[in-house]
Amino acid sequence: MQFVINGRSLDADVDLRTSLLDLLRDHFGLSGTKKGCNQGACGACTVLVDGNRINSCLALAVQYQGRKITTVEGLTSNGALHPLQEAFVAHDGFQCGYCTPGQICSAIGMANELRTGVPSYVTADVAAEAITVDFDEIRERMSGNICRCGAYNGIIEAISETLGTIPLPEAKDAP
Amino acid sequence: MTPFLYEKVSERGDALSLGTHPGAAYLGGGTNLVDLMREAIARPTLLVDVTGLSCKIEEDEKGGLRIGAGVKNTAVATDRRVRARFPLLAQAILAGASAQIRNMATVGGNVLQRTRCAYFYDDEAHCNKRSPGSGCDAIGGFNRNHAILGASPACAATHPSDMCVALAALDATVSIDGPRGSRDLPLTDFHRLPGDAPEIDTELRSGELITSIVLPSNGFSKRSSYRKVRDRSSYAFALVSVAAALELDGGRIKNVRLALGGVAHKPWRAHVAEAALAGRPATEAFFAEAAEAELRDAKGLRDNTFKIKLAKRVIVDSLVKLSNAKDAPR
Ligand SMILES: Cc1cc2nc3c(=O)[nH]c(=O)nc-3n(C[C@H](O)[C@H](O)[C@H](O)COP(=O)(O)OP(=O)(O)OC[C@H]3O[C@@H](n4cnc5c(N)ncnc54)[C@H](O)[C@@H]3O)c2cc1C
Ligand code: FES
Ligand code: FES
Repeated sequence: MQFVINGRSLDADVDLRTSLLDLLRDHFGLSGTKKGCNQGACGACTVLVDGNRINSCLALAVQYQGRKITTVEGLTSNGALHPLQEAFVAHDGFQCGYCTPGQICSAIGMANELRTGVPSYVTADVAAEAITVDFDEIRERMSGNICRCGAYNGIIEAISETLGTIPLPEAKDAP
Repeated sequence: MTPFLYEKVSERGDALSLGTHPGAAYLGGGTNLVDLMREAIARPTLLVDVTGLSCKIEEDEKGGLRIGAGVKNTAVATDRRVRARFPLLAQAILAGASAQIRNMATVGGNVLQRTRCAYFYDDEAHCNKRSPGSGCDAIGGFNRNHAILGASPACAATHPSDMCVALAALDATVSIDGPRGSRDLPLTDFHRLPGDAPEIDTELRSGELITSIVLPSNGFSKRSSYRKVRDRSSYAFALVSVAAALELDGGRIKNVRLALGGVAHKPWRAHVAEAALAGRPATEAFFAEAAEAELRDAKGLRDNTFKIKLAKRVIVDSLVKLSNAKDAPR
């Protein structure tokens, strides 16, 4: 099977039962993406596919051949942290750090969704053109990422500060 | 996980002919099926990936919509026509699961996610749905999340879909294609009550494929809402949810739609309450009477009796808010 991960084309000879998460971690050694629940309930395994966030634990690798997959390892450029990573450090957006790669990929996916006008359950008027991004919107939109350490305040501060300045993952995908 | 073959199809005909193979299962986003395969509850030997089929939302002359089974949940909730004409549907989808799961999940897969409860996943437990005839540990066990309407001694699991509760209220139709031709079923007749065969969730026959969901145009876009009550404020299944839509003529109810989630083995269209309200004044007293009538046959188990009162309150509160809405938040 052929995959495009963090801008690189990679081949793998894997069992059809392999999840995208296990492909990343076990076959390509990209252990930044974490396995929490392995059943869609925690968000630790969040990666971006063509800029959209998904849970890689519920994905079969075979379904994602040829798609542009971005993991937390693909966010740095020339060794420099992504602005959102910087913000997580500055705002204590983690304690143990286990949920962090998922939180960061998820927040980038969320920024894309805001740009393309995806409403949320707390959006007052789903038919409105513009969405006001406030604390409740970020909380609701990030609810697919659980932090067992409860670093939520720092996580939301880091995201709020960075929102609007998060570069699209497409722009990062170039080799 | 049992080994399987995988085919991604780009023509419906190919899907249908592969779908007749013994052991074949259609694959949408996989968010329910892959999980069930990992738990050895589902053991397909051939996965027919249908995410490349029916990926469009089309409109008819009257403003109704045909939503392809392959459209992602997020894409439905983001579509401008859905948000403007069927805001209830967008809200219900957005109340379900997480953004990541909604990005993966398809409309067809959402409709066909298993009716289930925690005992269904527990291979130490007795579950008639998982293993017919083995008994139900939920009925005498921990059953806070279970059904209060239409349950049977064999099963009290609830259908978890939020989207389907909105579809039930909106008179949606499920379009199906299969080895013996195509047919349409009202969404409210698509899912089954458990009876003595809780292992069968829906009326879909072997090899049949959902191709689209049809939403007829309606006059509800200004007064409709989806309210979901759960144990935490996001990313949890419904204890009770209410899809409500009202059309008023002066102070009277011209048209009303009500459906409940989290209370039954299927999305529960509240026909009794609707009939009680048609043509009546839109007042809290009538709303309460209708809610009472709908829940008259409800039965609680050890831990979920609270749902009966909760469902009535959420129905009344939803209708009060909708009837008071001036030029109505959509
Ligand atoms: C942690 C978690 C939390 C969740 N919370 C919620 C929630 O709060 N509210 C809610 O509504 N949902 C919730 N869900 C469920 C989620 O919405 C469903 O898993 C999802 O909608 C299924 O869609 P899918 O495309 O991934 O289906 P799949 O898993 O691909 O398929 C599901 C079933 O449908 C069949 N199928 C798929 N497409 C077709 C077709 N076109 N024709 C015939 N058969 C087909 C498959 O064979 C399979 O049996 C949650 C899921 C998880 C994992
Ligand atoms: S590991 Fe995927 S959601 Fe928990
Ligand atoms: S930092 Fe420990 S789980 Fe979030």
